[in-house]
Amino acid sequence: MNNSLIIGQYVPGTSIVHKLDPRTKITIIFFYVFTVFFANSLPSYGVLVVFALASMLTSRVPIRFIMKGLTPVWFLIIFTFILHLFVTKEGTVIFDVWIFEFYSGGVIQGFAISIRFFLLILVTSLLTLTTTPIEITDAIEDMLRPLNKVKFPVHELALMMSISLRFIPTLMQETDKISRAQASRGVDFRTGPIKDRIKAVVPLLVPLFVSAFKRAEELAMAMEARGYQGGEGRSKLRELKIELRDIMVYLLFACVMAILFLTRTYS
Amino acid sequence: MDITFENVTYIYQPNSPFEHKALDDVSFHIESGSFVAIIGHTGSGKSTLISHLNGLSVPTEGIVSIGDYHLSKEDKPKNMKELRSRVGVVFQYPEHQLFEETVEKDIAFGPANFDVPQDEIKKRIDAIVPAVGLPTSVLERSPFDLSGGQMRRVAIAGVLAVKPDVLVLDEPTAGLDPRGQKEIMEMFYSLHKEQGLTTVLVTHSMEDAVKYADHVIILNKGSKYMEGKPEEVFTQKESLNQVHLDVPEMVRFINSFKERFGEEITFEKQTIKELAQMIKSVVKGAKV
Ligand SMILES: Nc1ncnc2c1ncn2[C@@H]1O[C@H](COP(=O)(O)OP(=O)(O)O)[C@@H](O)[C@H]1O
Ligand SMILES: [Mg+2]
Repeated sequence: MNNSLIIGQYVPGTSIVHKLDPRTKITIIFFYVFTVFFANSLPSYGVLVVFALASMLTSRVPIRFIMKGLTPVWFLIIFTFILHLFVTKEGTVIFDVWIFEFYSGGVIQGFAISIRFFLLILVTSLLTLTTTPIEITDAIEDMLRPLNKVKFPVHELALMMSISLRFIPTLMQETDKISRAQASRGVDFRTGPIKDRIKAVVPLLVPLFVSAFKRAEELAMAMEARGYQGGEGRSKLRELKIELRDIMVYLLFACVMAILFLTRTYS
Repeated sequence: MDITFENVTYIYQPNSPFEHKALDDVSFHIESGSFVAIIGHTGSGKSTLISHLNGLSVPTEGIVSIGDYHLSKEDKPKNMKELRSRVGVVFQYPEHQLFEETVEKDIAFGPANFDVPQDEIKKRIDAIVPAVGLPTSVLERSPFDLSGGQMRRVAIAGVLAVKPDVLVLDEPTAGLDPRGQKEIMEMFYSLHKEQGLTTVLVTHSMEDAVKYADHVIILNKGSKYMEGKPEEVFTQKESLNQVHLDVPEMVRFINSFKERFGEEITFEKQTIKELAQMIKSVVKGAKV
């Protein structure tokens, strides 16, 4: 495959963030997301922000690229902030414009929510930026393994996930190719009345489905021809392994959590 | 229509870690009515180049002119649809673009989008279907029931039915059987001659380039590597080998002939018969 094309959102790299076991990353992000809601004092927010920014810098993914990926979210963050500014009526009035009064509580609440939001999005996108979809799937399969006991089809679920992930870029390329071909035949996807634009999707969707079904059939045939028979007794090409660096990162994260819970205010 | 590229650079996904310069400062001129072959290794930017010809891609830097239409970062033609009706593109594996219930409807799709009247479309279909080598009985069938080769012909008919002035072909015979390849190339060539089209052919086949093209452009890693008449370009074995291209069979033969018999024969796009004649006269005259 040509690796100059986008594969998911993954940005290849060799940083420690890239090299960590995907299970470590998922576990830490899970707890991070959870504890973001416990922060309530300036230092406790500080710890979380420092941790997120430090991870971002160590990953060496270009900051410009991460920020560009967050553009749709910026809007939401700013919107939440403004909403809080207008509706929260706590604390003292700090200034008023025309008929609106802005309370200190609104500003603080607005900031708090926006920062939480920003941190959540930042760390989760850091996961997909530094971990290949396949690694994420492997990790999820491994972490869900206990569910096998209750006859939950963990392997099949993971397989479905990895196949879908594998074919997302392919489908995107295909969509691009077909829409270019139809545009050359005079289809206008961008302008004109809504009714025409909806109709313009048909020449795009039909070939896309045709090729997706064809691919699915070919894949099934190829898997069967190579003796695939489900997860039973199947060995793994990529073994997940917890290394020293994973343990170090867990310890570091435990410290972060400790500082957070020490610095948050209890009332 | 004349086609001109002036210092064209094209970058995929600029300002991202995936940034990729697919064309790098490419300039050339194609005369109206000529048959041009664009050749290069996989990934050399051929498909990117031709996607500029009907405005699917707009140069990151530089200017592309097709007749009176000019494409640059600052200036796009207002009437893109009109440009697309005048530049027909047969993409790689064009059968992937079929979608209608019947072959007839699929062929009519392009011309209908470009507002060709119904009775005129009907007339064009009647003429084109036999020209691309399809029996008229396929018109009522679903394109998805046809063989791969037939689907390819339907897709090609769909592009030709628009009656473009410029015909752009991106490896139009890839994956066909040798006979189908020859039939389709001959069909394009006679169309080119009859209707005075300007044809741009992307190909891997040196033989096709020699046979049909009167101008050849060789791309390497997004840059123009060589350009000229086929008989000039294709005799430069060393330069071509450097970019993993081979000379046509006839040039290879002439080279071996020279090595073996020490007799020089000039390559001038002659047919096999003409070459045989030349060999005959050389052999007789030089008493090998
Ligand atoms: N949509 C795209 N995004 C990023 N890179 C692309 C895209 N399409 C093509 N490329 C890259 O541009 C280069 C030229 O591609 P292309 O024009 O398709 O070459 P060719 O047709 O000569 O094989 C290749 O290296 C290819 O990987
Ligand atoms: Mg190509």
